[in-house]
Amino acid sequence: MPWISGQRRNSPAGISLSWNSRSRSSLGREATPFVSPAGKCGAGQKNWNRVPLGTKLCSLAILLWLALPLPAAVPEKHLAIYSTAANYSLPIMPREGRDYVGLLELLDPLGTVSAKSDPPRWRIHYNNVLGEFFQGSSRARIQGRDADLPGKFILENGRGLVPVSSLASILPRFLGGPVTVHEDSGRLFIGSVATHFTASVSPDDASRLVFHFTSPVNPSIATEPGKLRMTFLHEPVTAPASPTLTFGSKIIPSSTYSESNGTAQITVNTTIPLFASFSNDGRTVTLTPAKSQPPAPTTPAITNIPAAQPAPPANPAAPQPAATSPPPVVHRYLAVVDASHGGNDRGEALSATLAEKDITLAFARKLRQELESRGISTILLRDSDADLSLDDRASSANASHAAIYIVLHAASSGHGVRLYTAMLPYSSEEDRGPFRAWTTAQSSQISLSQTAVANVAGELRKLEIPVRILTAPLRPLNNIVTAAIAVEVAPPASDAAQLAAPDYQQLVTGGVANGIAALRSQLGTTQ
Amino acid sequence: MLPRHFLIAVSVLLLSALGIGLYAWRMRGGAAATPVASLDTRPVVPPAAGPTEPVTLFVAYDDVGILQAQSARIPLPSVRQQRAEELLRALIALYLDKASPHPLAPGSDIRSVYLVDPGLAVIDVNAAFADGHRSGVLAEDLTVASLIHTLSANIPGILKVKILVEGKPRNTLAGHADLSDFFDVNTVNQLTAQLQSTQ
Repeated sequence: MPWISGQRRNSPAGISLSWNSRSRSSLGREATPFVSPAGKCGAGQKNWNRVPLGTKLCSLAILLWLALPLPAAVPEKHLAIYSTAANYSLPIMPREGRDYVGLLELLDPLGTVSAKSDPPRWRIHYNNVLGEFFQGSSRARIQGRDADLPGKFILENGRGLVPVSSLASILPRFLGGPVTVHEDSGRLFIGSVATHFTASVSPDDASRLVFHFTSPVNPSIATEPGKLRMTFLHEPVTAPASPTLTFGSKIIPSSTYSESNGTAQITVNTTIPLFASFSNDGRTVTLTPAKSQPPAPTTPAITNIPAAQPAPPANPAAPQPAATSPPPVVHRYLAVVDASHGGNDRGEALSATLAEKDITLAFARKLRQELESRGISTILLRDSDADLSLDDRASSANASHAAIYIVLHAASSGHGVRLYTAMLPYSSEEDRGPFRAWTTAQSSQISLSQTAVANVAGELRKLEIPVRILTAPLRPLNNIVTAAIAVEVAPPASDAAQLAAPDYQQLVTGGVANGIAALRSQLGTTQ
Repeated sequence: MLPRHFLIAVSVLLLSALGIGLYAWRMRGGAAATPVASLDTRPVVPPAAGPTEPVTLFVAYDDVGILQAQSARIPLPSVRQQRAEELLRALIALYLDKASPHPLAPGSDIRSVYLVDPGLAVIDVNAAFADGHRSGVLAEDLTVASLIHTLSANIPGILKVKILVEGKPRNTLAGHADLSDFFDVNTVNQLTAQLQSTQ
């Protein structure tokens, strides 16, 4: 049953995406397809009276149990890492009452790293630095010198876990530079990467608040009565001298900075609905009353906002929405990069030692860097050796309101790059009103995906990389409600080991990023 | 003296036990007599022989990643469904040859092809076909397009195709090509056109 049993709010182009009946709901129960009860109730009523009392009580007990609210899932904690090489996040694992993180995974995007497990000893090489850790010991040796850890080192299935609180002391020894750890909020800054900001109300207009950031930012913006929140998922935004800024304005009295679980948030307290606009290449965010038109941005390419976002409140005098109504969410140009396979799904065995899942992850991380260096916010769906289902990948990509979804594959056969758009399956189901059939959700965006593929192919050819454009029955492309492409990277020559070469990865991801960047205006305005 | 209702209850229970026992005995006998047809892989229909007919096979070439039309003459039965099976078996035989342009795993075979009106074809391949297939988007794309386009080009009236493995649905062929849905013959035709050129 391809229909979706729930409606998503604020989806791109007014699309309400239904959930796939095959996927599990967030509460862990199987989502069930909609079935109209019409025509069945009458018969049910008649039969109900004949049901014995015991059965009735049992049924009621089951119904009551089903209706009980399940305990909300505890959100997974993350450590956001900001560096000049890459911004990424890792899951935090609670062990023995402390927060732990995988050291190999942390160092992997930053340089050449390898680890060898020889219980109880675990050795890690990062560039030319050797670290030795011992299972259950709070003492380690890094570069031949002892290092004390605030908690025990844990060796788990060959994976070395260190306490998050130890990162401030051990990472500088590996990296040779300073790091700053915000342990409570799960944020790690490597080197001088922090983005600072100032905020001030315009002297001639008390309803106009201007934020100046030291680097381009691309926050998610949500409004609710009396507040506008800017959430920074990928930017190393740090607190001003005081977390609460007051502006002496009755319309915008103050703003508050906070951090939690790898994100930073600025909450602006306001008495009227506000509209956010971006300028100065993403370094300036201006909040103005929603009734007035926002000032023309100085960098149109950056400020294209997908039509997916809801229009700002048209009439500020209108009644405020009820507290239970969903706050409108504003999103900007965003790319979702998906490293295919992962976990037990190794993908193709490219060589005796190379698995497709590892190569796609390396390419995905490089592509994120390349896109972000071009001012495009990027989400990596898989940033570790996690096993994500195709439904989960599609749901996450759709829920992010991204402008484009790029899934990366690798192959040992052929050479160059093959670009794919979705080959839609035969479907007798049609979209019903605002609901999209799950298997053909891509159908309305297919021409946009083809445009994206053509652009990326053009940029790759400029770099003299052989390119082919094809379609493929490759999930989850057909489940994505925005432009969606697959990139299958084959080695430049016959040796599959070249897929692991940083230069080749850089060349290919640079070309793909150029193509995506060139599309920014089209994808931002046509959705 | 035992109460009357106790005797009745015991009698009913004994009769029920006896009845269930007899039923189970009959079921056991029936199961033993069932022929093990599912394990018998010998062909029911004799191999097609006799006069040959011209067909067009769409053959995958891995070295250049293309699909090429190739004329062949093979003996074909008169029944439409058996024609479809023989056609695909001829294609698989090509891929199992030593000089195969698109090698498949040894033992790969077409178990059956079912033609269901209106316009549905179900290709049932064996486990060796899927389990031993090389992984990769293009490699799997070529196999799917080769099977479906060869079938639809030679057997008119097919609109959609479902690929099963050992009679059961499967998510992907070898980690990439999605087999969970019906293939639209029109879109596979478009893919075939793309695959006939290296650009």
